Amino acid sequence: MDAGRVARTLARMAHEILERRPDMRGVVLVGVRSRGVPLARRLAGLLREASGVEPAVGALDITLYRDDFTVIASQPITKGTEIPFSIDGRTVIVVDDVLFTGRTVRAALDQLIDFGRPARIELAVLVDRGHRELPIRADYVGRSLATARQEIVQVLLKEEDGRDGVLLLERRARRARRGGAARGRALARRGK
Amino acid sequence: MSAFPHRHLLGIEPLAPADIQMVLDTADGLKEVLDRPIKKVPVLRGKTVVNLFYEASTRTRSSFEIAQKVLSADSLSISTATSSVQKGETLLDTAKNLEAMNPDMIVIRHASSGAPHFLARHCRSAIVNAGDGAHEHPTQALLDALTLRQRKGRLKGLRVAIVGDLLHSRVARSNLWLLSKMGASVVLCAPPTLVPPGIERLAPVTWRIEEAVEGADAIMVLRIQRERMTGGYLPSPREFFNLFGLTEERVRRAKKDVLILHPGPMNRGVEIASEVADGPYSVILDQVTNGVAVRMAVLYLLLGGSAGGTS
Repeated sequence: MDAGRVARTLARMAHEILERRPDMRGVVLVGVRSRGVPLARRLAGLLREASGVEPAVGALDITLYRDDFTVIASQPITKGTEIPFSIDGRTVIVVDDVLFTGRTVRAALDQLIDFGRPARIELAVLVDRGHRELPIRADYVGRSLATARQEIVQVLLKEEDGRDGVLLLERRARRARRGGAARGRALARRGK
Repeated sequence: MSAFPHRHLLGIEPLAPADIQMVLDTADGLKEVLDRPIKKVPVLRGKTVVNLFYEASTRTRSSFEIAQKVLSADSLSISTATSSVQKGETLLDTAKNLEAMNPDMIVIRHASSGAPHFLARHCRSAIVNAGDGAHEHPTQALLDALTLRQRKGRLKGLRVAIVGDLLHSRVARSNLWLLSKMGASVVLCAPPTLVPPGIERLAPVTWRIEEAVEGADAIMVLRIQRERMTGGYLPSPREFFNLFGLTEERVRRAKKDVLILHPGPMNRGVEIASEVADGPYSVILDQVTNGVAVRMAVLYLLLGGSAGGTS
């Protein structure tokens, strides 16, 4: 996916959200760090253009809710959760870049429940790449990609990476995904 | 993402600047949890921590306990006044018996320098030094650094005066290590009877407080440790206040935006005047809040991950 495609995809997702939740006043967006946060901000901007109301945007750091914390070799630095508004009785849309095993979403759900009692929680992702390990599905999907398990889907965003795009990478080094070391070790590039 | 390269926190001296940075960054990230409506995250669920305190403590122990609760670790605190230590059990026996209950970490405060190092050699648990004799108090120095960094935006290049009982102060030693490692310049100030021999090799020492606080970005006031004043160190607390107490007049010699730190508990009118302790430049209560955040970071970094394991 190139920059234009990312932009069009986000615009379509914003319209799908509006279609289902016409009253933006009861809706808040919560991005999962790190790339879910800029995505949530962009969606909020698009929703404002289309509806006149800009939903509040929060940031969720799921590090402290991970289910593999005692297994991973290193401790990720937590950057903190920022939800400076009440989520009680609201529709919370969790925004993330890639939906994969579903474990991140599980952690995000657990954490949100500790912040209040939303009326409803929905999930918006730019890319759904399959291989779920938990009974979790997205409500708004930018694009579904058929992937092999060992492949890596990398979302690039201007705010974090200097440009927009989605790359499908093959992993060369085993054990690389969790260490984040696979980044930049791209062998092949597939898709658009 | 990288692993914290130490199994124990025994002091600041063995830490590299990058390790200190990592603890402070982690504390900054974790601090937010304390402002949540539900101040609890599940990250250390199932971990057990024993707080073993051979010396009195309010701040350090309660802040370790709060940090453990916020991160969902199970903890128990043993103060020696009500334990078998009264019946003559040795430190090693107490530790071995506690270890038989399989804790993941032991936080220890002890009147003897090196007690935590001794435990680290004999126990499987991670050991955290919560103050050992006149040696080190690493989490205090880390929370002081976090407070300075939050207010000044940096540690490098800061001019910091450490004033008071240098001889008995583990806080002074840990801070001296930390600040020098992080590129701050430290001036020490104490009456000659309370200057440990050799410390002038680590930082300049002066007997005149006016000189020490001149142009300072921060002043750390140390407690006069009456419980350790067994020799003829001071003529009287009043005399000490007159010559070394931090008064408003003396604070005026420092930079306009100077910060005043004190590890507590304060002896008002001995090492610090009440107007200074409660003044606008005092960050003494920030230190207490940051103490919880720093201890959360230490628990998180030492208890997270499988030691030496891979994913």
